Order: sequence, then C-alpha cells, then structure tokens
Amino acid sequence: MSMAAAASNRKADWSQTGLKMSGGRESAPLLLDVRNVTVEFVSPGNPPARAVEDVSFTLREGEMLGLVGESGCGKTTLMLSLLRLLPAAGRIVSGEIRYLGHDLLDLSESEMEDVRWKDISMIFQGAMNALNPVRTIGDQIREAILRHNSLPPREAINDRVRALLEMVGISPDRKDQYPHQYSGGMRQRAMIAMALSCNPQVLIADEPTTALDVMVQAQILELLDTLRHNLGLAVILVTHDLGVVAEICDSVLVMYGGVTAEYTGVDTVFNDPQHPYTRQLLAAFPDLSRSKEALRSIPGYPPRLDDLPPGCRFAPRCDLAFDRCHIEKPVLHRLGEFHQASCHLVEP
Amino acid sequence: MQGSPEFTTLRGLWRHMARNKLGLVGLGMLVLAVLTAVFAPAIAPYDPYAPVKITIDDIYAAPSQTHLLGTDDAGKDVLSNFVYGSRVSLIVGFFASFISIFIGGLIGIVAGFYGGWTETILMRFTDIMLVIPDLPLAVVLVALTKPSLLNIIFVIGIIGWTGTARLVRSQTLSVKERKFVLRARAIGAGRPYIVRRHILPMVLPLMVANTVLVISLAILEESTLSFLGLSDPTVVSWGQMLNYAFTRGAMSAGAWWALVPPGFGIVWVVLGCTLLGHGMEQVLNPRLETHHLAVGKGMVARRKETAAQ
Repeated sequence: MSMAAAASNRKADWSQTGLKMSGGRESAPLLLDVRNVTVEFVSPGNPPARAVEDVSFTLREGEMLGLVGESGCGKTTLMLSLLRLLPAAGRIVSGEIRYLGHDLLDLSESEMEDVRWKDISMIFQGAMNALNPVRTIGDQIREAILRHNSLPPREAINDRVRALLEMVGISPDRKDQYPHQYSGGMRQRAMIAMALSCNPQVLIADEPTTALDVMVQAQILELLDTLRHNLGLAVILVTHDLGVVAEICDSVLVMYGGVTAEYTGVDTVFNDPQHPYTRQLLAAFPDLSRSKEALRSIPGYPPRLDDLPPGCRFAPRCDLAFDRCHIEKPVLHRLGEFHQASCHLVEP
Repeated sequence: MQGSPEFTTLRGLWRHMARNKLGLVGLGMLVLAVLTAVFAPAIAPYDPYAPVKITIDDIYAAPSQTHLLGTDDAGKDVLSNFVYGSRVSLIVGFFASFISIFIGGLIGIVAGFYGGWTETILMRFTDIMLVIPDLPLAVVLVALTKPSLLNIIFVIGIIGWTGTARLVRSQTLSVKERKFVLRARAIGAGRPYIVRRHILPMVLPLMVANTVLVISLAILEESTLSFLGLSDPTVVSWGQMLNYAFTRGAMSAGAWWALVPPGFGIVWVVLGCTLLGHGMEQVLNPRLETHHLAVGKGMVARRKETAAQ
C-alpha cells in the first residue's frame, strides 16, 4: 500500500540521544525531550487516577510526530502537560519535559507563561470553542502577539495579523469578523494562524481536523505540512486517523490506556508493527483493495482509569494475551535502533 | 449558560429586546419616569420647596382647577410633590444599584474565577449577607448614620449585592471552563488579563439585565425606608409623601389623592424595571426560551405531506 511505501524511503535511525531523521535532518537539533512523564488526577476520597504513565518521546526540528490512540487514552492530557495547562486536579508526578535542554517543570509559573505560545503553541481540538465568540478573529490573534512582544507599533501588529491570515488562506479583510461568521474550516485555519503568531518552535495540533469534512481536512493537513517545511516547525499531531499519520508523519507514538504501546518511525509502524494493539489498529483500518471484507474492530472498551487491569492494560482486549499478561505489567522493550514496544511477546 | 454568540453582545441583546413586547413596554415606562424626573421643574405646576402661606382650607384640599391632585397635609400641591418625588426614587435606584452591581460583580467574578479558599470565604460571606433580613439592617444602618440622600444610597447599595454576586459567580464558573479560556492561558495570558478580556465581556450582558432588576429593588427599599420615616427630610420623595399622608390623617380626612399618586409612582417605576429586566433575562437565558420545543407551522404542513403519500 502506498502509505507504507511513502514512509519506507525514510531511513529511521535510533541513537542514545534520540532519533535521527533522514532527508538531511540527521543533525537537526533536539527540541523537546520528554522523559518518563507520569500524570495523575486526584479527587478527594479516591486514589489518584494515572492518566499518563511513564511516557517518553523526543522531537527534533522539522519533525512531525503522530500521537495515536483511542479516545481517553491520555493523548490530550499528555499534550496539556507539555504546556503545564492541566486542569486543577491534574498533577505531573514524575518525569522531565526538556525543552532545549531546560526542564519546563522547573520553571516558575511566570517563566512558563513566557514559554507558552512563544516556544510551544497549540491548536486546540474544536476551534469554535477555542475562540471567544464575542471578540473578532483579528483581535484574538493580536492578543498573543501583544502578550509576547513589548509594545510593538500598531501598524506592525496589523501587518502581522494580515500576513498570518494570508498564510493560512484567509482573506486579511476578514480579520474584523467574529468567529460565527467563519466556516468550520476557516475557524480551524484561523486557529492555526493564531498558533503561529509568535513563531513557535513546537506546534501541538490536537486533532486539528476533527469534525471537519474530508476535503477541508486535507487542506488543513496540507497547510500544516507546508508550514512545517517552510518554517522548520516541529509538529506533534494528535489524531485517530492512521491514514493521516502515514501521509505526513515521521514518527509515531501509539498510546493505550495512558502508556506507550509502541514508539517508532512511521515506516516501521506500517510495515513491522510489534505491539498487538498497533496491529489491531492497523487491521481495523479499512482497506480499499479488499472492499468486500467486513470492517474489523477491536472488541471491548479502553480501560477505565479508576479500574485498571493489574497486568498489561491491553490484556483484556488482546487476542494474543496469555497468563503473564494479566499479572505482570510489560516494560517498554527496545526492539531496534528506533523502535520501542511494551509487550511481553516482544521480550528479547 | 451558553447562549448563542449573538445573544452575548450588547448589540445582539438590543436586537432581541426589540422583539420582546413586554420588555419594550417596561422600557417605555422607565423612559417616561426618567423624563419626568429630568424635566420636573418644567412639568410641576408649583415648586414644592417654596414656602407657602396656607389657610385651614388648604389642608387636604380636594383636587380642583388650581391643584389637579389636591393638596397634602401642609397644603402643598400633591402633583408637584409627585413629580419632584420621582427624582429621589430614580437617583437612589440608579446609584444604589450601581454600587450593588459593582460589589456583587466583583465578588462574583473573583469567587468564580479564582475558586478554592477565595471562593469559599467570599461565598460564605455572601450567604451570611443573604440571610440577614434587608430591611431591619437598612433601618439600623440608616438610623446610625444620618438619613441623608447619600447615606441612603450607600446603605441600600451595600445591602443589595448578594443576588448579583451569586448570579455572576455561576456565569463565571461556566465561562471559565470554556475552551477559549484555556487557549488564553496557553497564549501565556495571566489571570487578571483573562478576567478582563475574556470573562467580563461574557458576564457583562447578564449584569446589565440584573442591574435593571436591582434598580427596582433599590427603589422599593428607598420607598420603604422613607415610609418608615428614615428619609432625608429636606427632599420630597414618594415614600415620604406616603409616610406623611399615612401618619398625618389623610386616611381619616378621606384624602385619597395624597396616598394614590405616590403609590402609583412607585408601582409604575418598579413595574417598568421588572418588565424590562425580565424581558432582558428572557433574551439572555436560553433556558427560559422553549421555542425549539414548539410545533411550528412548517412541521404541520410536512405531516400533511407524508399523510398524503
């Protein structure tokens, strides 16, 4: 299939410091180094619920990382932890989030405010809700620019807003319109313009195409890909859609129930997946060449955070599970130069 | 409460208000009262503050050509008193409610947005204020200070903010959970900025509607205080007119004209405020609007169509 072919000409290479990208990006500097992050949600009277456990990944300049997993597996929680914007009940209990060598978890709240948007910005899930309905789009883009630049001249800000809107394909004349006057796709693009307003190094796109139709979805993704190449952005793309991942991502982090199921380059995921969850996810993806076949799905539901299985979190739904899976948690095994999976079956 | 975006701007509020008939009636009544108060010297046939020389026949004189609404216990023209009295009612109503809305809005937003201990302390304080009966507290406060216009405004203002604080807090709680607040935090915005630029614009229309209702309460409170004799004796007000008429034998003299006009004035202004306030609330509170449940004409026609097939 073409999604695997497209990915296979990229040579993935794993080294101690992180992954190295092919296509002239081997030496691309390391931007984000997330190590063993664990996030818990506390509620009075209950034991803390682990939403994310021991997740690590790295991100280099110009890299696009796909973060894949079912709803409720901790994708958004992990992304909000990077910005330290977890809801009041959320705590990052351990781990490091190193951005350009500095641990973001060590910063004070006001230092963190300076990092947000300027270094790491985010496209939120559901653009309509992420825009204030009573303020114009231009005003809301301006907001971020004003926050991070001390008193730029009025003209310069307006020029910047116009340029940003133009970059995402919105007529600059519409900057004084309100969110409800925009279509769904335009709002999403306005969100992207907003996310780029302070020239961030890392862009987190949290399901940027959810609730959009396929054509608009394609436009948005194409836009993200173009911007990545032109601006050297590193992008974390949170998505359910493996087709999208195959098309534009360099590496893939598959999460299940808050833990890393598999983390590897995009070609390995599609050609040589090791974790049963990844395999079943791929099998559940409809294949045009076998259109007669019934759609396959993974039986069962993702585990509830307050009722996690004692062993592997995927064991209750896994078709290859054996006794040990139900008792012992699998550790993350290193399988190749750049390939990790947490499953007893891949134990070397 | 998550009204559609157009409800939440003041311009949108006016657009929808224009279709609310009772609200418009209330607005009309209020405008009339304000005009009366502003142009009182031009409307009133006599100056109620001018000294008059009276005979025994001028006390509780029935309505006549010279005194359209008769005279009161001091032989003064009731119509003139009535027209001038509107000034006090409206001044107290507006200024006291501004104080109330300011205090209530501030406490509501701070409690709702900051949460935690701040919220607990502020809301428990609000609850305490809420259970203290308004009138005795106002009587005590006015009696302790001098019953001047300014003191009355201040006392009514610092008593009537509890409802506003609760309303604003609940709206703030719902607004602060919305995604754009998270986005504003992701931008790196601090809390005061978020309150000013994101929370306040969403809470403001509700506060405006609430102001109108608080005005009516303040006017009622002022009238009550005056009726109990706790008014500024140097200015005429409706409550004071009622007080004098009631305590100085208007009832036994059969002088209904001394009692009805001030009562009518109070009802007029309070009713105007209530109608306008509820009209605005109807526009702003989608839960009061059930049009989506109603069977429209279109549905009936479609049902006929399917029946024909």
